Amino acid sequence: MNPFTYQRASDATGAIAAVAGDEHAAFLAGGTNLVDLMKLHVMTPSRLVDVNAVPLAKIEASRDGLRIGALARMSDVAADPDVAREFPVIAEALLASASPQLRNMATIGGNLMQRTRCPYFRGDGWACNKRMPGSGCAAAQGEHRNHAILGASDHCFATHPSDLAVALVALDAVVRVRGPAGERSIPLRDFHRLPGDTPHVECALQQGELITGVDVPASDVAINSRYVKVRDRASYEFALVSAAVALKVEGGVIADCRIALGGVGTKPWRIPEAEQVTRGRPAAASTYEAAASIAVAEARPREQNAFKVELARRVVVHALTTQGSTR
Amino acid sequence: MDHETERSAGGVGLPPSITVAVRLVVNGKPHDLALDPRVTLLDALRTHLGVTGPKMGCDAGACGACTVLVDGRRVNSCLMLAVAADGKSVVTVEGLAAGDDLNPLQEAFIRHDAFQCGYCTPGQLCSATALLREGVATTPEEIRLWMSGNLCRCGAYPNIVAAIAEVAAEGVH
Ligand SMILES: Cc1cc2nc3c(=O)[nH]c(=O)nc-3n(C[C@H](O)[C@H](O)[C@H](O)COP(=O)(O)OP(=O)(O)OC[C@H]3O[C@@H](n4cnc5c(N)ncnc54)[C@H](O)[C@@H]3O)c2cc1C
Ligand code: FES
Ligand code: FES
Repeated sequence: MNPFTYQRASDATGAIAAVAGDEHAAFLAGGTNLVDLMKLHVMTPSRLVDVNAVPLAKIEASRDGLRIGALARMSDVAADPDVAREFPVIAEALLASASPQLRNMATIGGNLMQRTRCPYFRGDGWACNKRMPGSGCAAAQGEHRNHAILGASDHCFATHPSDLAVALVALDAVVRVRGPAGERSIPLRDFHRLPGDTPHVECALQQGELITGVDVPASDVAINSRYVKVRDRASYEFALVSAAVALKVEGGVIADCRIALGGVGTKPWRIPEAEQVTRGRPAAASTYEAAASIAVAEARPREQNAFKVELARRVVVHALTTQGSTR
Repeated sequence: MDHETERSAGGVGLPPSITVAVRLVVNGKPHDLALDPRVTLLDALRTHLGVTGPKMGCDAGACGACTVLVDGRRVNSCLMLAVAADGKSVVTVEGLAAGDDLNPLQEAFIRHDAFQCGYCTPGQLCSATALLREGVATTPEEIRLWMSGNLCRCGAYPNIVAAIAEVAAEGVH
């Protein structure tokens, strides 16, 4: 690790002030991504501002929806009875993430800000436009079995690794942010950026802006939601393909539907076109097949990740079928 | 101690960094340290305090060999900065027994021969201690899932699961 200075913030204002004026400063939450990447010299902040004492860990469910503080731990959010009952896709996505030890440390804000697991990004000495803008992309000619089939550019096709973000984007979550200029809200679908020709610009946050929480609006579909994650081993692994779905079925007909994919996109991938075809159609296999085909219609796979197109299609069908039949 | 700090965290040729005062309460005993902020909790325990139960496997949160309990919750000490654990209570495998009296989980590990090389055992025991408190798992399948942060899959693994299942079934922890 490079040397850095360490300070603790006790409130959001102090934390923001400490990071805003210094482009080499970073917030420290659970540290499970930041400390890891600092050991690898991928991230080299010279000042860490520990925000763990900032009181932002509340989880509140109300008539309007769910409000999760940015410093709530993944394990606590997953175990929250209101979350598990009203927003099962969130609890399931969290429980399918990382390990119990990591979930005890990792926070909701940090989860949304985690960096890609692309090995060329994490490994010093490889070309990576995300880590070193302009250096190229070693994955294009190298190992890219785990890479994205949606949202890629010639400069980068690394996947976004968060499971939680996939569940949240399906439920129209909004990220609450505070910075030197005040507060703002960013819909999660606009929070993460497509790589384009600036893959190192990953999200809408400005230097010094602190995520204070995530709001999930109440909806009819959230209660009938689920997360299906397919990975190389049964537990403790990032997604090859995952799907967050939510369904509202009335009299055998689909009234509302949400579909988002993980493991296949350069950002958490919501698919409104696939949702649209299901509305007003019967909650049946033919509808789910139609939606799943549209979900992967824009896929642009390369050699090693071509299998993800069919896998993603099947994961969507499976998620919708099991969701549609259990509720 | 200063010399150790520089060697373990700074490495050769890096400027000496400013140390931070850190108090760690390890297995009930308070320790006041002056640490380079780069020192992880794992390094603080092993190198600075000589508490060598927690092991370094992957150093990246992936193997669970470094698992300890911080304020009662299991965490990976390799990804936690020691300064971030300031003032907290840390329990390592050394703190699970009452003196020479092993706890039921430790007894079960011995009974089931739940270690092959033994390297992962301290992390397994800390993790299993937390798992019993969390009360989330009793069947072998659930135990495998909730112990998945401890990556050992050597020949001892079935015995580890059996030992935990036995104590979980007794329900006295
Ligand atoms: C072995 C392993 C397996 C994993 N498996 C999965 C998995 O299957 N699925 C999954 O989704 N994740 C997985 N993770 C990733 C893990 O979920 C993230 O590391 C974690 O959520 C990050 O949260 P944190 O609080 O530790 O963030 P930190 O490491 O503290 O911070 C990460 C980044 O976010 C910034 N940040 C933190 N909080 C805020 C805030 N409030 N406002 C603004 N910026 C902030 C930090 O400055 C830093 O840049 C895994 C991690 C490991 C090590
Ligand atoms: S050494 Fe910490 S998880 Fe492997
Ligand atoms: S006993 Fe050696 S790794 Fe588990």
